[in-house]
Amino acid sequence: MSALVGTGALIRLALRRDRVLLPVWVVCLAGVTVATGSAVGELYGTAESRALLATTAGGNPAFLALLGPLHDSTTAGGLLAWRWGVFGSLLTALAAMSLVTRHTRAEEETGRLELLGATAIGRRAPLAAAVSVSALACALIGAACALGLVGMGEGVAGSVAFGLGFAAVGLVFTAVGAVTAQLSATARTANALAGGALGAAYLLRAVGDAAGERGPSWLTWLSPIGWFEQLRPFAQERWWVLPLALGLALALVTGAWVLVARRDLGGGLLPTRPGAARAPRSLGSALGLAWRLQRGMLLGWALGMFVLGGVYGAVARGVEEMLTSNPLLAQLIARMGGSGALVDVYLASILGVVGLFSAVYAVQAALRPRSEEIALRAEPVLATPVRRTRWVAGHLLFATIGNAVVLAAAGLGAGLVHGLRVGDVGGQVARLVGAALVHAPAAWVVAGLALALFGLAPKLVPACWAVLVLLLVLGQLGPLLQLDRWAMDLSPFTHVPEVPGAEVSATPLVWLTVVAAALAAVGLLGFRRRDVG
Amino acid sequence: MTPAISVSGLIKDFGPTRALDGLDLTVRTGEVHGFLGPNGAGKSTTIRVLLGLLRADGGSARMLGGDPWRDAAALHRRLAYVPGDVSLWPNLTGGEVIDLLGRLRGGLDQKRRARLLERFELDPRKKGRAYSKGNRQKVALVAALASDVELLILDEPTSGLDPLVDAVFRECVEEERGRRTVLLSSHVLAEVEALCDRVSIIRGGRTVETGTLAELRHLTRTSVTAELAAPPTGLAELPGVHGLEVRGTRVAFEVDTGHLDAALGALVGAGVRALTSRPPTLEELFLRHYRDQPPVAATR
Ligand SMILES: Nc1ncnc2c1ncn2[C@@H]1O[C@H](COP(=O)(O)OP(=O)(O)OP(=O)(O)O)[C@@H](O)[C@H]1O
Ligand SMILES: [Mg+2]
Repeated sequence: MSALVGTGALIRLALRRDRVLLPVWVVCLAGVTVATGSAVGELYGTAESRALLATTAGGNPAFLALLGPLHDSTTAGGLLAWRWGVFGSLLTALAAMSLVTRHTRAEEETGRLELLGATAIGRRAPLAAAVSVSALACALIGAACALGLVGMGEGVAGSVAFGLGFAAVGLVFTAVGAVTAQLSATARTANALAGGALGAAYLLRAVGDAAGERGPSWLTWLSPIGWFEQLRPFAQERWWVLPLALGLALALVTGAWVLVARRDLGGGLLPTRPGAARAPRSLGSALGLAWRLQRGMLLGWALGMFVLGGVYGAVARGVEEMLTSNPLLAQLIARMGGSGALVDVYLASILGVVGLFSAVYAVQAALRPRSEEIALRAEPVLATPVRRTRWVAGHLLFATIGNAVVLAAAGLGAGLVHGLRVGDVGGQVARLVGAALVHAPAAWVVAGLALALFGLAPKLVPACWAVLVLLLVLGQLGPLLQLDRWAMDLSPFTHVPEVPGAEVSATPLVWLTVVAAALAAVGLLGFRRRDVG
Repeated sequence: MTPAISVSGLIKDFGPTRALDGLDLTVRTGEVHGFLGPNGAGKSTTIRVLLGLLRADGGSARMLGGDPWRDAAALHRRLAYVPGDVSLWPNLTGGEVIDLLGRLRGGLDQKRRARLLERFELDPRKKGRAYSKGNRQKVALVAALASDVELLILDEPTSGLDPLVDAVFRECVEEERGRRTVLLSSHVLAEVEALCDRVSIIRGGRTVETGTLAELRHLTRTSVTAELAAPPTGLAELPGVHGLEVRGTRVAFEVDTGHLDAALGALVGAGVRALTSRPPTLEELFLRHYRDQPPVAATR
């Protein structure tokens, strides 16, 4: 087919460009999977501890929302599928969709694809190549995980199902990325749309999993991440779930396949309407420009985090209910400080996840100047009287205050919903917004690191994303992997007080803020001294 | 009067590549100065140093009486810049970009903005990517021309413009002549010839020639072809005559402009039936500078 001419060459080009990135994704995901598998197997070494886990965490709506159901606690593999399945699926999906937009829309946006498109390359070749490379990455991730688990001594069927499960989620989001790359004219929007789909997939299964018998548990079935859970690796695998994922991926890729021929090179399908002939009064300063460039992302994140907070908050009460239904546990908990304390522990742990997500936003916002620089849009602005520090500071405001807004939105969502259920909206909103905001200084440190790299070594800026993945793994799995204290201390989030519940001491927060400010200052100074472009 | 721009011995390295290798450039206040050189000669790099975007590794640069790196923000109030690669924000309209850049520079003349939009036939309501290359260029041009500044720094401002818009651009620069200083980097020789008071030609990061076009012309040759009554005598021996071809009574040769008089004398002696003389075209002039010199070492 002439539309596919040159696909092979493009695949080779993509593999060459990603010769570091691809192996890093595969090795890291498989490595974390195996490490978590053996750690969780050791931690719950006895049959009793596993049974206890099954009755507590397995049936608890809060844990269900966060991690999904625990189908079989008798093997390490079964425990792993519960503890790591959802987050691992999230990361695989993230890798897949970013790979696809990177090789389709981003290339088109920069005009590089036009250069290639004029050579003997078919109209659909870039899409086909990007999808192939991403599918290959998913297959490698799945295979590496499966091999690792078999090597650990887990059952072959379960290991293969686990690997295929990750690969299937990755394939679906490969296809999602392929579609969003056709819809919008910029890679940024394409990634945002795909990210929104991923967030929705996470939330749908969170609600569905926590719903229980009477609730809308079917929601899980609407989510590709839910399909991983329903595949039930290590718990009488339901292989017939896999074709669902394959079918959806195929349908979406077909959609992208059709769309790519319907649109122009460089154009999107979402219509671009004519805008204002004159700039509004607000668009007249570096800050005004930053606001204009960042407000969409801020709004999207705030909304998403509000919903996430709401879903997490909705199941907080379940922690309590479960405890009162089990008199033995209730006694135990009462001695530990009452069921209220346990709800707080749950809320603190979900706010920890929220805090990590907010750091992703903070880094995105802090790195906007870098993407402006790469796109050659920094030059015209810096050729006006705007000072370099001013220009960056405008964006930094979003990484700091914007981050606080995003956190507050999550706290508000959780507080509203949880407050409604326990009949104390005012109190819970105030408490949870405050508790969410406590994570801001830690997110600022990550944003500060991004800015320091931007100022001192702009070529290393992509390392920020690796740092974020590392922080996610540390935060989610660090205690489980029994990492050394110093390793845990590397993460700024380790130093955040576990509120609500714990005492809030100002010292770590002040220190985190100081570190963040110092990193930002280093970045600003570095940027003032270096070449632009 | 101090020159608007004076650069001497400017050096800029990008890792192992030496982009500027002792470049000199003087732009007098009020003149339109052409900045020429082959691809990769260092024009855009010089301009970026002047804008304080790049930090020079050696030499000195002064612009509008200040230091381009140290006093960047203050100097930028007094200049406008059109980059070589215009990249617009995907979610901002052309009109918004023009207003934004103008306001950042400290305000722009509304009447002039409206007039320029009309003359360039630019629709200000489209968003970034919806503009063609030429129209993106127009957005940057209108933004620069509409602001009230002393110095315009234009890096290949007409690349991608159609001939009609090109003519409008020339008119605009012509109208501003004397009121503003213009540094115009360009590959379009006709444009340079039409607009520039003086030009600097650079190559491999060094200045190879600078002066008015008349001065540069003086260094070049006029080509002459003539139909004579009789075969010429003594033409070949004259100083300054090159590439003489004689076919019967037809002659063709090139002569250094300084020796034109003697050569014509020799033709008249043989009886002139028809004569065409062509002053050196700028193309020839530039090609000589672009091509003939040994390439300056670009790598240390
Ligand atoms: N950021 C950079 N990093 C490395 N090398 C660079 C960089 N910018 C410019 N150069 C090199 O410096 C030299 C001069 O480039 P410059 O862009 O100034 O040329 P130019 O005269 O503007 O050419 P053109 O007519 O093609 O626009 C070239 O050899 C180029 O490769
Ligand atoms: Mg250039």
